[in-house]
Amino acid sequence: MVLMQRISGWGRYPQVKACVSAAETPSCIADRIARWKDCIARGSGKSYGDSALSGRILWMEPLNRILSFDATQGEVVCEAGVSLAKLIDVFLPRGFFLAVTPGTKLITVGGAIASDVHGKNHHRAGCFSSCVNWFDLMLADGRIVRCSREENGDLFRATCGGMGLTGVILKAGIRLQRVVSAWIDQRIVYCRDLDAVLAAFDTYSHVTYSVAWIDCLKTGKALGRAVLMVGEHADSGGLVPPQPRRLSVPFTFPEGVLNPMSIRLFNAGYAWMHRRNEGESRVPIDAFFYPLDGIEQWNRMYGPRGFLQYQFVLPRSEGADGLYAILSAIAAEGMGSFLAVLKLFGPANDHFLSFPMEGYTLALDFGIRPGLFAFLDRLDRLVVRFGGRIYLTKDVRMSPGVFRSGYPGLDRFLEIKAAVDPQNRFRSLQSSRLMEGACMC
Amino acid sequence: MHVLIVGANSDLAVCLAETFARFEKPISLVLASRNIERLSATARDIEVRFNVPCTAMTFDALDMDSHPGFYESVHPKPEWVILCFGYLGDQRKAEQDWGEARAILETNYVGAVRFLEIVAADLEKRRTGGIIAIGSVAGLRGRKSNYHYGAAKAALMVFLSGLRNRLHASGVRVMTVLPGFLATKMTRNMDLPGVLTTRPEQAARLIHLAWKRGKDIVYVPWWWRWILWLIRMIPENRFKAMNL
Repeated sequence: MVLMQRISGWGRYPQVKACVSAAETPSCIADRIARWKDCIARGSGKSYGDSALSGRILWMEPLNRILSFDATQGEVVCEAGVSLAKLIDVFLPRGFFLAVTPGTKLITVGGAIASDVHGKNHHRAGCFSSCVNWFDLMLADGRIVRCSREENGDLFRATCGGMGLTGVILKAGIRLQRVVSAWIDQRIVYCRDLDAVLAAFDTYSHVTYSVAWIDCLKTGKALGRAVLMVGEHADSGGLVPPQPRRLSVPFTFPEGVLNPMSIRLFNAGYAWMHRRNEGESRVPIDAFFYPLDGIEQWNRMYGPRGFLQYQFVLPRSEGADGLYAILSAIAAEGMGSFLAVLKLFGPANDHFLSFPMEGYTLALDFGIRPGLFAFLDRLDRLVVRFGGRIYLTKDVRMSPGVFRSGYPGLDRFLEIKAAVDPQNRFRSLQSSRLMEGACMC
Repeated sequence: MHVLIVGANSDLAVCLAETFARFEKPISLVLASRNIERLSATARDIEVRFNVPCTAMTFDALDMDSHPGFYESVHPKPEWVILCFGYLGDQRKAEQDWGEARAILETNYVGAVRFLEIVAADLEKRRTGGIIAIGSVAGLRGRKSNYHYGAAKAALMVFLSGLRNRLHASGVRVMTVLPGFLATKMTRNMDLPGVLTTRPEQAARLIHLAWKRGKDIVYVPWWWRWILWLIRMIPENRFKAMNL
């Protein structure tokens, strides 16, 4: 079944008209690929920008069956459209949890592999792909190949983080970690400035999970005021998580509800709340990992024009100077974002387009408004100067030059893509923007 | 308890299978439908998630000669049979194209009768269990937007009421389900009024509750009974000029 729909990424910018085909079986995907000149797979549509947008979309969420589970190895085999939420619902009560989870569970396994997502434990566990034992990939010619580190290793490394451009992930074997509790022992550390939070990351580097929220509107001495949250799986409390409260943003907010004033207010309140709660507490897994999943469609808060998330990483050696320069630029411009997340990554993996590298990553939300793109181009130059890169899953406006300078594995990736998809039949608006100049010449 | 679900690829059927697997242990499920590729994945999903035996079988409602052989091959014989196959079709097309009209009538009514008589004979003999069949509120009053579908479902519901009457003596239950607007594959490209639309997992839960309470006819959700009562109160000479 193919439908014409107006769709967008999570940032609700840009919105495009697309033919959307529901992928219910591998054979209906093969059929669709053979008929369309090009297309891109899309999971839950939670990547912010245009990486899962195109005129022709394979909507993978209907392909959402769990196929088997091996409790001794902790390996679950599931179709690519299975959401992380479903895996948690099924396996947390049995004492298993995702070995790597990003900040939302409302994404699909296929999307998690294609973006090679990371979580609060990246410094210890690596990217999502580190818990992917293998996956089956449908290529442009309809062939299905098994990819793992041993089998078709290059294709495995190109597909993990490859944004769906090598083929369509059909099913995967995922390794889960054993847990004994559905709770997290959390510690909140209030940090007065950037130096304090960077030092705190080092102090708590032995803790499994860590992430910091940073107030990017602060200038001068308080620049980089932050709240570091670290956590460890609890050893008691039971495996059945409490039912979370669910809120929803029922309509698109009008333009300008989120402005520097309201964001300043929010940030002050948020910092105050956490300063009061400093210290240790025990929180449910949902509250620790997925605070925003509790608010359905929170992307509507940014109004009709939508928003984007700007996430970059700077190498560890340049981290302090780079963050200082970039945070100063953001604060000076008053372009604050109320969700600014800072994290220290562990070592990079050897995938050609995976985002994380050892260093500091900062993610900021910005409402789309005049002047924003020019401002972000300036930030891009800083990121490039400090040897960093920008996350494709969040990107909607980066230039091919900035992309190329951040991803030295690009040439190798394009070679592998050319071998399995010579006609470039898997393409998104993002890949057309960033890669086509490069691979067609 | 052994349960057979035919037309098991529909969203409502999958949700019913999940609901029964979750709440009615010990249970074994047989899912049957035309597209076995999709269905085998569904069966494995239910097996893994709920730790119950669940198998997939091929079944084509329109291939009526195959029905006896199919039921013969189901082992163990089910106590409960849930009939979920249906075909909404394209009303406009059906008005001009007999093939479409026929597919609507045969899937929703003729195929159902063919299959349910086979099931009824077996259950009546074993004096156990029963049948749950999905009708539709569209079968309560003919509207220009889907009267082929509505007529077939209306016929099915009359058939079910007769069957219920007949099987009552042998202690076999027949439950008629009348769902309103469901947000399913079938209705995805229709513009349905949001507040009137029910999610299939919600509907499955309501059907399961009604089944537990021994209901004969259940509207899903309950207030459709009153909406339909209102719609049926409209005199025909007014109704014929309306766009409902």
